[in-house]
Amino acid sequence: MSDTTISQGWFTGLANPTRFLALSGRILPYLAVASVLVLAVGLYMSFAAPADYQQGITVQIMYIHVPAAWLAMMCYSVMAIASVGTLVWRHPLADVAAKSALPIGAAFTFLSLLTGSLWGRPMWGTWWVWDARLTSVFVLFLMYLGLIALHKAMDDPSRAARPAAVLTLVGFINIPIIKFSVDWWNTLHQPASVMRLDGPTIDPSMLYPLLVMGLAYTLVFFTLHLMAMRNEIWRRRVRAMRRQAAQSIGR
Amino acid sequence: MSHESFVFLSYAATAVTLVGVLVSILLDGRARKRELAELEAQGIRRRSQTATGSSQ
Repeated sequence: MSDTTISQGWFTGLANPTRFLALSGRILPYLAVASVLVLAVGLYMSFAAPADYQQGITVQIMYIHVPAAWLAMMCYSVMAIASVGTLVWRHPLADVAAKSALPIGAAFTFLSLLTGSLWGRPMWGTWWVWDARLTSVFVLFLMYLGLIALHKAMDDPSRAARPAAVLTLVGFINIPIIKFSVDWWNTLHQPASVMRLDGPTIDPSMLYPLLVMGLAYTLVFFTLHLMAMRNEIWRRRVRAMRRQAAQSIGR
Repeated sequence: MSHESFVFLSYAATAVTLVGVLVSILLDGRARKRELAELEAQGIRRRSQTATGSSQ
């Protein structure tokens, strides 16, 4: 037996839905408590942070807007990795992971757009501009909605899995476009100030609350994602059991 | 509208959206568990359960 076969066996064994339900059931309470605690600390640090010398108190919006934008992209990246799992290993749990991340990613993208608009109005003097950053994030939101519609259009989840995985991977091209849009084009949106090669340009008094809020949002995402994955596994089990019952009646 | 109003609206919208997602996932989970319990009460088992006698 080759090393590849052994590692694939270990991987598929770990990704067994029943084993996943047991493991996630044990992890979830700790993850939920950690999410609430880090979120509480992050919110406290955000409100204790100083007002910006130019933007005043509206800089408080940054602590919820920037993590929402990070998570909108991270959630799509998680879906892209899961889609590789669907196409290469054809493992149903990979499709469960991609599908159940969709509404959560759509919610974070929506929040990123909404809070950005609420920050833009007092600082830029406009709710919205069709610049490269805002437009590419709006395209990301439409892609989330399109993928949700694709899953809803097909009754059988196994039939939707492959086209959704291909579409997700094609759409992944938008993630580097969002990230580098502020460098490649002239945008009203400011350039990157945290994830830069030469280090963050934000003062530590604002950077640390932002990073803690980023961690809190990440924990919230994984908590919600694990919960949604468990629901999707149960949904598929109900479907399989109903089909089995219908077949036994038909015999 | 004052700057405080923009900040308040942003935080309120974030709270409502995230709590909404959480509640919808909780309700979905409760409904799926109820369906599974009903099917099992009718004596319907998954193929793997009937083969191994596993309860999960």
